[in-house]
Amino acid sequence: MAMQDLIIEYIKDEYLEEDDEVGLDTPLISSGIVDSFSMVSLKTFLENKYNISIPDEKAAPEAFDTVRKIIDLVHEFNPDAE
Amino acid sequence: MNSTNEGTNIGPYEERVKDFSWDAVSRELGHEDGAPLNIGWYCTDRICKQGLGGKTALIWESTQGEERKYTFDQMRLYSNAYAKLLQELGVKDGERVAIYLDRVPSLYFSLLGILKLGAIAVPMFSAFGEEALQVRLANCDAVACITSPRLARKLRKARPGLPALKRVIVVDVDDESKLKGDEMAYSVEDAPPVDDFPVFPATEETPSLLHYTSGTTGQPKGALHVHGSILSQYITTKWVMDLKPDDVYWCTADPGWVTGISYGVIGPWSLGATQLVLEVGFIPARWYSAIEKHRVSVWYSAPTAIRLLMREGEEIVKQYDLSSLRHLCSVGEPLNPEAVIWSEKVYGLPFHDTWWQTETGAIMITNYPGMEVRPGSMGKPFPGTAAAVLDDRFEPITEPNKPGKLALKPPWASMFREYWGNRTIYESKFKNGWYITGDRARIDEDGYYWFEGRDDDVINTGGHLVAPFEVESALLEHEAVAESAAIGTPDKVNMEVVKAYVALKSGFEPTKDLELSIMNFVRKRLSPLAMPQYIEFMDKLPKTRSGKIMRRVLRAMDRGEPIGDISTLEDE
Repeated sequence: MAMQDLIIEYIKDEYLEEDDEVGLDTPLISSGIVDSFSMVSLKTFLENKYNISIPDEKAAPEAFDTVRKIIDLVHEFNPDAE
Repeated sequence: MNSTNEGTNIGPYEERVKDFSWDAVSRELGHEDGAPLNIGWYCTDRICKQGLGGKTALIWESTQGEERKYTFDQMRLYSNAYAKLLQELGVKDGERVAIYLDRVPSLYFSLLGILKLGAIAVPMFSAFGEEALQVRLANCDAVACITSPRLARKLRKARPGLPALKRVIVVDVDDESKLKGDEMAYSVEDAPPVDDFPVFPATEETPSLLHYTSGTTGQPKGALHVHGSILSQYITTKWVMDLKPDDVYWCTADPGWVTGISYGVIGPWSLGATQLVLEVGFIPARWYSAIEKHRVSVWYSAPTAIRLLMREGEEIVKQYDLSSLRHLCSVGEPLNPEAVIWSEKVYGLPFHDTWWQTETGAIMITNYPGMEVRPGSMGKPFPGTAAAVLDDRFEPITEPNKPGKLALKPPWASMFREYWGNRTIYESKFKNGWYITGDRARIDEDGYYWFEGRDDDVINTGGHLVAPFEVESALLEHEAVAESAAIGTPDKVNMEVVKAYVALKSGFEPTKDLELSIMNFVRKRLSPLAMPQYIEFMDKLPKTRSGKIMRRVLRAMDRGEPIGDISTLEDE
C-alpha cells in the first residue's frame, strides 16, 4: 500500500469515527482530530512503519497537521520510503 | 521581578489580606443576604441589568476561521432557551445534565441554561473515550446530555451502560437523518427567543457543577460545587486576572475541566468581561494570530502550552503584533522559572503562576499583579485563604523552607461540598481541621509558597490529573496484558507523562507494534491524556506479598533513584 493510503487508513482507524473522511490536506491537529497527546501515537506509528526516529524538535504540531506534511516529514528522515 | 501595584484591581496585597471579607465580595456582586444566587443569572441577566446587554460577551473563532460574536443579551436569551428546552424535556432541578461538546458556542449557552434551571451541569472533556465517558456519566446518573454529531457517535457506544440517560440533545446538526434512536437535533439560534425564564432561586449551597477528577485509587470522583462558588470566582478573576472593562480576555483551558468553567465562564462573565474562545487546537501561529486580531489583553494559559511556545522560539513571535497583551497568568502545574523569564524576555511580561485544584473551585495561592514575581514560586495565599504546610501529624510547620503537606483551612466559597456519592473519600481529605490538597510545598522566609511535588501517585500531565488505577484497569482489558502499572515519568513539556509497565500473557511477544496497539487501546478507552507515552515490558511487576503492585519501586527505577525498602517485596 502506498504511504499516503497507509497513513490515511491508520488515521481513519485510530482517530476517526465511522463515516469520517480524511484527505491529503485535511487539518488534523488544528481541527482537533489529533491532539498533542495523540500525536505521540501517530509519531510512533510512523517511526515503526518507516524505520525512522523523529526528534522532538521536528515533531511540531504544524509538521503533523496534514497527511501531505506528514509524508514530507517521513521523507526527510527516510527519502526512500514509499 | 519587581513591579508596582499602582492601577491594579487588587492594590496592595497586604492591605487586602487585612481587610478581606466574603460579605464585602457578596455586596460588590450585588447579592443581598437571603436573596437567590444563581450563577447563570449573574453571568447574563445581571450584566444586562447593568446596561451592558449590548456588550460583546463571547468572541468565537472556529477551526476554519469563521468568527462569531455574541452579546450579553444574546447569552441571556440563548441560555434561557436551553433552560426552557430542558424543562420541557422534563429535567428537574438537582438532576445532572452532561455537556459533551468541543468548544462551540452552544457549550457556553447550555451550561448557563442548565444552571438557570437549577440542574447540575457535568462538563465532559471532548477527548474522552467511551469508557471514560461511561464511568463518569454512570456515576452521577446523568439524565440528559448535550453533544454534537461527531461526539454523539462515541456517546452511543457508552449508552448501554447509562440507563439513567433519557435525553440526548445534538447541536449543530447538518443532517438529521444521521441521528439515531431518540437523539434530538436542536439549534438554539433557530429556536424562538425566550426573553423571560423563571431562573431557579438557588442559594449559596445549591449544587451547580460536578467536575470529575482523578485520585490515587478507584474510579474518578465527581467534585460537587455550589452556586455560592461565584463569590470566589468573581473576586479571584477581578484581582488575579486584573480584568478591567475594556479587556479582551482569553482562557485557553478546555471547558471539559474546571479551569475552563471557573475562569472560562463564571469568573469573566460575572465581571461582564469580553472573552475569546478558539475552537482550534494548539497551533502557535493560530494562537498568536488570534491575540493580534482580537487584541487580547489578558491571557490565562498553562505551562505545557507555554513550554511548547518556547520550543517554537522567538522568531515566530516577531511576526505578530502582540502589543495588546498586558497581563499573563498560568495554571495547571508548576510553572518553571525558565518559562517565566522567557515570557518576560519575549512578550515583555512575566506569566503569573496560579495554584488551585478541581476541589478548591477557584485560585487559592498565586502571584498577584503588581507583586514581585519570584520565578518558580506559586506565590502567596489569596486574601481570606488560610494555607499552611503540615507535618506528618497534620500540624503546621513554622520553620521556613521545610517541605510538608500543602493544606487549606475550610471553608471558602468555592470549596467542593462532596465527592458525588462518596462521602468516605470526601471526609478522608480533611485532617485536623485542614483540607489536605495532596501536593507538597514549602514556604520561604517571605511567605512565598514553592511547589515540591505530589504527595500521592496521581499523575499530573499537561496540567491534568490522571489516576494510575484508571490506566492500569484499561491496560488489563487489552488482550495481551497480564499485569500492569502506571506511573508519571518526567517530561520537559508536560511535566509528567504516563508510563506503563506491562507483563504480557503467554503467547504474546513484546514488539513495537504491540506497544503501539496498547497505547492506542488506552487512548480510545480513556483519553489521549491517559495514553501511556512509554511502555516498558517486564516478565513480572514488583509486588508486595499481598499482591499490591509497588509503584514506588517502579518510579524509583524510572528515575534512577535508590529503590529503598523492599522488604515487603514478593519473592525477595
